[in-house]
Amino acid sequence: MNKIVPALLAALLLAACGSTPKTGAGPGATIEDRTPGAGTSSSDGSIQTITPDAPTGSPLAILKDPRSILSKRSVYFDFDSYVIRDEHKALVEAHGKFLREHPEIKMLIQGNADERGSREYNLALGQKRAEAVRKALTLLGAKDAQIEAVSLGEEKAKNSGHDEAAWAENRRGDMLYSGEF
Amino acid sequence: MSKAMTKLRCTVALLLGLLVLPAFAQLTIEITGTGASRIPVAIASFEGENLLPKGVTDVVRSDLERSGLFKLVPAPGALGETAAVDAGEWKSRGADALAIGTVAAAGDRFEVRFRLHDIVKAAQLGGLSVSMSAAQNRATGHKIADFIYEKLIGEPGAFSTRIAYVVKSGPRYELQVADADGMNPQTALSSREPIISPSWSPDGTRLAYVSFEQKKPVVYVHSVYTSKRIVAANFKGSNSAPAWSPDGRKLAVVLTKDAGSQMYTLNADGSGVQRLASSAGIDTEPTYSPDGAYIYFTSDRGGAPQIYRISASGGDAQRVTFDGNYNVSPRLSPDGKSLVYVTRNGGRFQVALMDLATRQTQILTDSAKDESPSFAPNGRMILYASEIGGRGVLAAVSTDGRIKQKLSVAAADVREPAWGPLPKK
Repeated sequence: MNKIVPALLAALLLAACGSTPKTGAGPGATIEDRTPGAGTSSSDGSIQTITPDAPTGSPLAILKDPRSILSKRSVYFDFDSYVIRDEHKALVEAHGKFLREHPEIKMLIQGNADERGSREYNLALGQKRAEAVRKALTLLGAKDAQIEAVSLGEEKAKNSGHDEAAWAENRRGDMLYSGEF
Repeated sequence: MSKAMTKLRCTVALLLGLLVLPAFAQLTIEITGTGASRIPVAIASFEGENLLPKGVTDVVRSDLERSGLFKLVPAPGALGETAAVDAGEWKSRGADALAIGTVAAAGDRFEVRFRLHDIVKAAQLGGLSVSMSAAQNRATGHKIADFIYEKLIGEPGAFSTRIAYVVKSGPRYELQVADADGMNPQTALSSREPIISPSWSPDGTRLAYVSFEQKKPVVYVHSVYTSKRIVAANFKGSNSAPAWSPDGRKLAVVLTKDAGSQMYTLNADGSGVQRLASSAGIDTEPTYSPDGAYIYFTSDRGGAPQIYRISASGGDAQRVTFDGNYNVSPRLSPDGKSLVYVTRNGGRFQVALMDLATRQTQILTDSAKDESPSFAPNGRMILYASEIGGRGVLAAVSTDGRIKQKLSVAAADVREPAWGPLPKK
C-alpha cells in the first residue's frame, strides 16, 4: 500500500531535520535494536515518519487546527469499562475517516489506567482501552498496519490527583499521529 | 543525517544512557518492628581493625541488628581471632554468641580472620579468613554477618545480596542497584520515561525490565556489570512483565501482538517466542516456580483478577486464589512452599501470604497501597513497594509479619523493588 509515499516521507523527513524534536526522550532513547524483526511494523517495508511540526498545507495541518474535531485525541472510559461512550463516537469516527483517507499516515494509540492496584495489571487494563479505540477505527476503514495500540498503564497520569475525578481523567485512550510520539 | 553519523549518535547515546553512574540519593533503612525473641550476640572490634580506613565490625553489627533477629550486646575493647574467650564472663554480659577477629596488613591488601564462639555451649562455631582491599570492608562485613546468621539462625543470610528498584525524582526515572543495606547505590538506567518490573536473572548479572523510552512498553535485558543491554521483546503493541526461568535461559513475558495481554516465553536473547497460554481475558504477571515446573500468573478470565497457575509447558490453568475479588502480583518463596501476592481488602491493597499446602492465608501488612512483593533469596523477608504520606517507599516484612523495615530515599519516590539472588558460594 505504501508504494506512493516515499516522496511524501522524504518531504516530511526534510521538514523534520530543520526543527528540534519537542519531546526529548532521554539519553537512553536511541538504543540500537539488535533483535531481528523487533521493529513495530516492518513487515510491510514502511518507514516510520518523524514530523515534529507538520508544515501548513500538508494533510497533517488539520490535525492541529483547534477548529477541527481532529485536534481532539482523547477518549475517556468508565470505571472497569472498555466501551467507547456515545459522547466520543463522533470523535472516533472523524479519526477513522481521516486514517482511511490517508493510508500513509500512522497512529499510535496509548491506553491509560488509574493508579489503583498492580502496575502490570493496570498496563493490561490500559491495553484494553487502546484496543477498544483501535477496533473502532479499524471498523471505520483504517488499516491494521496504520495503527499500533499500546498501553502506558498507570505510569503517565494526566491528572496526578488521588480521587475519582482524577482517576476518571486517567482512564483514557489517546490517539497520536506520526511525529507526535 | 548520514548512516555513519546516526550510528555514532546511537553509540554515544548508548554510552550516556547505560554507564553505571553513582546515584545521589541513597536508601535509608529504618527498623519498625523486630522478631519476637532476638538472639543476644556480641561483636568485639577486631584486633588491628584501626589499620583500615573504614572498619568491618560496624558493618557486621548493623547487618545483624537490621535483620531484627539479633540483639547486640556491648563488647568493650578489641579481641584477636585467637584470644582466649571466658565464656562465664560473656554469659554474665548476656551474650549467647561472640565474634572475635584480627585484621593484618598483607602487602597492599589485608587479611581478616574471624571466629564465632557459642557462649552457651562454650564451643567454637568456626570462622572465616578473607583477603581484601581496604575498599572491600563492607563486602567482608556482609560475608561475616552471613556466616554468623547461618550458624545461629540455621538458614543462609542475605546480607551480601543486592536489590534493584526505580527512583522517580521530578521528571526522571532511574533504575538503581544497591547493596541489600541500601549502601553503594548505582544507576543502571536513567530515563525521562517510566521504568517498571525489574527482574533479576538467577545468576544476578542481568536485569530484565520494561522501559517506556520508545513511548510504549518494551522489554530489555540489561547486563548490569557490562552496561550492555538488548531489546528482548519489542513486538507491535505492548511488551511487559518479564520473568526469568530458574535456569536463566528463558523469559516469560506478556505481549499483545496477537490479541489482548497474553503470556509468551522466549529465549533471553529475544529469539524463539512461543505462546504459553490462550485466554479471552487478561493474563499477566507471570512468575516461575523455583523448580521451573509451573508459571503462576494473574488473570481476569473469571471476571475479576485472581491468581492461577499453569504448567511451564502450557496446558490448562488452575485457579489458586479464591478469597476476595482482586488478587494480583504473585511471587513464590525460594522453597516453593508459599505464595506472596497483593490482595484488595476493603479498598486497601495489602501483602498477603498463602501456604500452598494448606491454602491458609495471612495478610502481613496494615498499609493501603502495597505493590510488587518479592521474597528475599533466603525466604525470610518480603520486600514490597508502599506509600507513606503520598510518597513511594520500599518496605520489608518477615514472613511471620513481626519484623518490619522501611526503605526510603529523601525527596524521591521509590518503587518496583526486586531482591537479587544469593551470591554463588
